[in-house]
Amino acid sequence: MKQLRRNFLKLSGGAGAMAVAAAAGLLKAGSAWAAPWNKSAFESKAVADVQKSLGAATLIESKEITITAPDIAENGATVPVAVTSKIPNTQSISIIAENNPFPLAASFDIMPGGDSYVSTRIKMGKTSDVRAIVKADGKFYTAAKEVKVTVGGCG
Amino acid sequence: MHLTRREFLQIMAVAAAQGMPLTSGSAFAAARSGELYTLGKAPGNVTLMHFTDCHAQLLPVYFREPDVNIGVGDALGKPPHLVGDALLKHFGIKSGTREAHAFTYLNYVDAARTYGKVGGFAHLATLVKQVRAQRPGALLLDGGDNWQGSATALWSNAQDMIDASKLLGVDIMTGHWEFTYGAKRVQEVIAKDFKGQVEFLAQNVRTADFDDPVFKGYTLREINGAPVAIIGQAFPYTPIANPRHLVADWTFGIQEERLQRTVDEAKKKGAHAVVLLSHNGMDTDLKLASRVSGIDAILGGHTHDAVPQPVAVKNRGGTTLVTNAGSNGKFLAVLDLDVRGGSVKSSRYRLLPVFANLLDADPDMAALIKKHRAPYEAKLSEKLAVSEGLLFRRGNFNGSFDQLILDALLETKDAEIAFSPGFRWGTSILPGEAITLDDVMNMTAITYPQVTVSNITGENLKSLLEDICDNLFNPDPYYQQGGDMVRVGGLQYACNPTLKIGSRISDMRLKGKAIEAGKTYKLTSWAPVAEGATGEPVWESVTRYLRDKKSIKPPVLNRPRVTGIAGNPGMTAS
Repeated sequence: MKQLRRNFLKLSGGAGAMAVAAAAGLLKAGSAWAAPWNKSAFESKAVADVQKSLGAATLIESKEITITAPDIAENGATVPVAVTSKIPNTQSISIIAENNPFPLAASFDIMPGGDSYVSTRIKMGKTSDVRAIVKADGKFYTAAKEVKVTVGGCG
Repeated sequence: MHLTRREFLQIMAVAAAQGMPLTSGSAFAAARSGELYTLGKAPGNVTLMHFTDCHAQLLPVYFREPDVNIGVGDALGKPPHLVGDALLKHFGIKSGTREAHAFTYLNYVDAARTYGKVGGFAHLATLVKQVRAQRPGALLLDGGDNWQGSATALWSNAQDMIDASKLLGVDIMTGHWEFTYGAKRVQEVIAKDFKGQVEFLAQNVRTADFDDPVFKGYTLREINGAPVAIIGQAFPYTPIANPRHLVADWTFGIQEERLQRTVDEAKKKGAHAVVLLSHNGMDTDLKLASRVSGIDAILGGHTHDAVPQPVAVKNRGGTTLVTNAGSNGKFLAVLDLDVRGGSVKSSRYRLLPVFANLLDADPDMAALIKKHRAPYEAKLSEKLAVSEGLLFRRGNFNGSFDQLILDALLETKDAEIAFSPGFRWGTSILPGEAITLDDVMNMTAITYPQVTVSNITGENLKSLLEDICDNLFNPDPYYQQGGDMVRVGGLQYACNPTLKIGSRISDMRLKGKAIEAGKTYKLTSWAPVAEGATGEPVWESVTRYLRDKKSIKPPVLNRPRVTGIAGNPGMTAS
């Protein structure tokens, strides 16, 4: 079945596969294809500007946010990052790679009643804190985890 | 044991000072040679034998332990970051003894001549049989880095090691350098050669696309009536420290949360003892043990630390013993556990040095080794040159055999600067001995051996050194990769391990002249992790150099000026 799943997606190819996967319920809720594009946030070059564009003037550190990401990236071009928010009424989850030229990597709107869990892959040029900003009940919460991007070799 | 009263009292005093229970086994320090391998009455019902990082050394070798193994942050002055006298003192081992020789570099050449070579699968096989006779039902665990490190392993696609491991009676293994033979080869061996005999475990390897497990994560074995779970942990940074394209579809990592779930599941299924067979490296295992609960012991490898006694780490579930069992077939660890009433009541650990002179070669294993070596024997035994000095690799900064490789690369590639990776495997050669192709391969046999030449700016040189240095000295073990610092030829620099990335490397000079950020320098190195690199295999450059020189003077070690660590017991004052 697992191999079948893999082959199926390969055959389906690219964006088509994503749509099929979504329809088949393979993608978690909250992918929010139709969310409006926050142009200024994604084009911001500084974390402070991203924050501003997201409307997150003040951030509250929260232990209710779990960031799952590698300590050292295996491949900076595609770093798997997952964020879980246990904060009630989570409305959106944004992922920021602080040292990227454009720090905001992704932003997800969470539908009411959906799992507050998102998983994606982001590109990282160098070692950085990966920060999650969670909007819940109109307030903004945050947590961060360092992901190291390093040259290889020397095992 | 024939101890004098004075020796006995000394040992007891040291053991007490260390807070060790009297069953801790350091008392074997005074054992006479023939009794080194007499285990005495089993303190429990379960015994696990463990060896790790043998690096394909089928024949006995010399292996010098490091004189530099610096611990920073919380690791300062604690095992495994103790060398020489500091290590002996900590573990209560008397200097000038056979055991002192096994665990330290002290008086290395004379002691090596006295006590002879270590390891070798035929001798290891005899010891494994001796332990099995004393501890019926004991399992044999291999922590990985078994398939790589010699010519015969490389040229037989690891078949010699696979056959030898099966004959040795390995029950369970995990891996690291095994993966450098490619994902397909690993899976083929598990499906065919290992089937029904060796279980390959790794809870932390998943497919990159769907996060599916690639290997079985743990196994539940009944040992003399006690259900024991063994969990496998492959080297978490394989796709970073080694070429990622060799395992392109797999993802690794420490996977702490998944490990906790695996421990909990094993206990739910009835495990009374849980042991992690780990290739994390000792620093990583020590941190892991403080954060994951329910593991009774971590049998560790990767960092090649020969640690005589376990470190007990407290966590919210109790205590986890963390061990590291050296390298190159030099040691066999024996962990006795008393598993009663659903849990581990007590334990005893010994790290037995495998002295070839004290253990007869097992005839079946000797025959197997001979068979595998036969096609290459003549080629491998060619004497390329004679070494006037001691050649070794292990140590945080540079070893004399690496210096020899650097000298060879600088000359044969006509470069200004040479880099050689900070590998921890590789054997030692005593002064006056011949250097054979076998020896050169023991230092270089990898599946990506190309020598490359490139131009690099001073700025990039600095960031490269900073990056590699952080892999070694980041105070958070989860950011360490377990190798030593890249060995550097031509270039001089200073290094302060206690600072942060970006600040550790300073005073970079080439022939006395400061390196300029914008200037370009000709750099040669080997073992490229990028796909598609071309260049001659490094052993060809080194072999040509040796044949040309015929006699090798003791290499002048180019080590950085190390600052900021005065009094660190991981480095001997010189």
